[in-house]
Amino acid sequence: MFQVRIHGRGGQGVVTGAEMLSIAAFLEGRHAQAFPSFGSERTGAPVVAFCRIADKEIRLREPVMEPDALIIQDATLLHQIDVFAGLSADGYVVLNTNHSFEDLGLGDLAKRIRPERLVAVSATDLSLKHVGRNAPNVPLLGAFAAVSGLISLDSVVAAIRDKFSGKVADGNIAAATEAYNIAKAAMEAAHA
Amino acid sequence: MLKQCEGSHAVAEAVALSRPEVICAYPISPQTHIVEGLGEMVKAGDIKNCEYINVESEFAAMSVAIGSSAAGARTYTATASQGLLFMVEAVYNASGLGLPIVMTVANRAIGAPINIWNDHSDSMSQRDCGWIQIFAETNQEAADLHIQAFKLAEELSLPVMVCMDGFILTHAYERVDIPTQEQVDKFLPPYSPRQVLDPAAPVSIGAMVGPEAFSEVRYLAHAKQMQALELIPKIASEFQEIFGRDSGGLVRPYMLEDAETVVIALGSVLGTIKDTIDEMRADGISIGVLGINSFRPFPVSAIRRALSHAKRIVVLEKSLAVGIGGIVATDVRMALDGLDKRIYTVVAGLGGRNITRSSLHRVFRMAMHDQLEALHFLDLEWSIVNKELDRERTTRRSGPIAENILRDLGQTKSNVG
Repeated sequence: MFQVRIHGRGGQGVVTGAEMLSIAAFLEGRHAQAFPSFGSERTGAPVVAFCRIADKEIRLREPVMEPDALIIQDATLLHQIDVFAGLSADGYVVLNTNHSFEDLGLGDLAKRIRPERLVAVSATDLSLKHVGRNAPNVPLLGAFAAVSGLISLDSVVAAIRDKFSGKVADGNIAAATEAYNIAKAAMEAAHA
Repeated sequence: MLKQCEGSHAVAEAVALSRPEVICAYPISPQTHIVEGLGEMVKAGDIKNCEYINVESEFAAMSVAIGSSAAGARTYTATASQGLLFMVEAVYNASGLGLPIVMTVANRAIGAPINIWNDHSDSMSQRDCGWIQIFAETNQEAADLHIQAFKLAEELSLPVMVCMDGFILTHAYERVDIPTQEQVDKFLPPYSPRQVLDPAAPVSIGAMVGPEAFSEVRYLAHAKQMQALELIPKIASEFQEIFGRDSGGLVRPYMLEDAETVVIALGSVLGTIKDTIDEMRADGISIGVLGINSFRPFPVSAIRRALSHAKRIVVLEKSLAVGIGGIVATDVRMALDGLDKRIYTVVAGLGGRNITRSSLHRVFRMAMHDQLEALHFLDLEWSIVNKELDRERTTRRSGPIAENILRDLGQTKSNVG
């Protein structure tokens, strides 16, 4: 079973991101479970959502405490809560930022995590560019697909079409695709 | 068709497939997405011959449901928590009159202190209201139970409450097989009421009954629930024939045959318990779990039979009978009357407190070694409790408890873990 925890703030589509990830995995024939951390969500307040992916029925209902991957939609959370709690050295981290991990004071984490599993993408910029609003959730899913190889970009695109239609879907698909390519290039650079 | 969707959406689709004729509901978290979904379907014309009635409160929702059901319409509503409490007088009337309304309760805690998260306090508060109460373990089962509920309700002329864990199920995306209309139509015939307000054959429903017959009418309510003990498994097996799925029934055993320690629970926590039991079984521990699907009627014989080999029982429940302990545990004790078994009550998951595998491992192992107290509160923070008790001992005007405790806790904790 692969477990993903998504951190962000109310209004950034954290819960929708987890739901779309579960749809993408479902479309690939996997079992998937997505759920929010059930707070009284308010715009700007920290929000957590979870997604589990497995090849058999998922019965577990506890929150994801030892994630295999973290998607962090808002870098300002790094100073507020321990977003890395429970992450193993083999884990993946996808972070929305236009700074480097060192600039964010995450140099130690960058040393602990395998470099090809750590990626920073300016998902906010990508969503502003393609969708016209700060919705980093979808481009981060594109980056996650590239880094983890767990789901394909095609499935992410299909999940976007499941949730959105028209221009919003098109913009999100463009943002996810660009994020996918950026993350792919970053991974190849890390391998080189 | 297999779908990856929210639990609320799956339930809305299952209700729609059951061809309801009147839906009346007042929104309250975590039930809202179900009735929003149904409202959209009615408006879009996706549910034929169905009226969606906006009401001004839960009391009105149940009152409208009573009226429409008495007029012969297949009627559905949904609520949770304070909403259920607000409609209570009408809830008792619906069952007392024998009207086969189906209602989802998206289980949520009851205030004060106000809390929107999941536990079973709301539906447990109505355990004696005369409604049948069935609990769903997964979103698939939640969807399936709604289809079964209409059949059960209409066969018995009794209302049925389908209880599903608020947020944990209602807001979870998972795989659900949504049946076809043909399958549902084959399973669920059109509503043929036992009693109906029909101008062509006038009757009155709701007579005043004095001491001369009140006991008899009440006994018949009990007798009908006893009939449900036969009907629930029958309907589940009819369901399995048509839909190919094992959903519903009275109780659900898992790893039970040789288990010395047996856990009893209701609802979605059964999944986490089963995973914990698999891990303990791998360590050679003799443990199993019995899920209770039908809480009212309470399947006394089925439980007694299922637990015949067990040495000790751990009833893990998301409810608290203040002043005594367990609600489910009390019923389990009655089912096991005269048998020599230890019974432990574990109160867990109140107000949305996470129930984790690690906590379950700890408490099940304590029970296994008979080191558990008779009434245990899972993961209770004793330092916080004791601080408040101490404050009350030493200070006359000790202040409001909830506010004191939140202050002691400091900042609101992160929701992780």
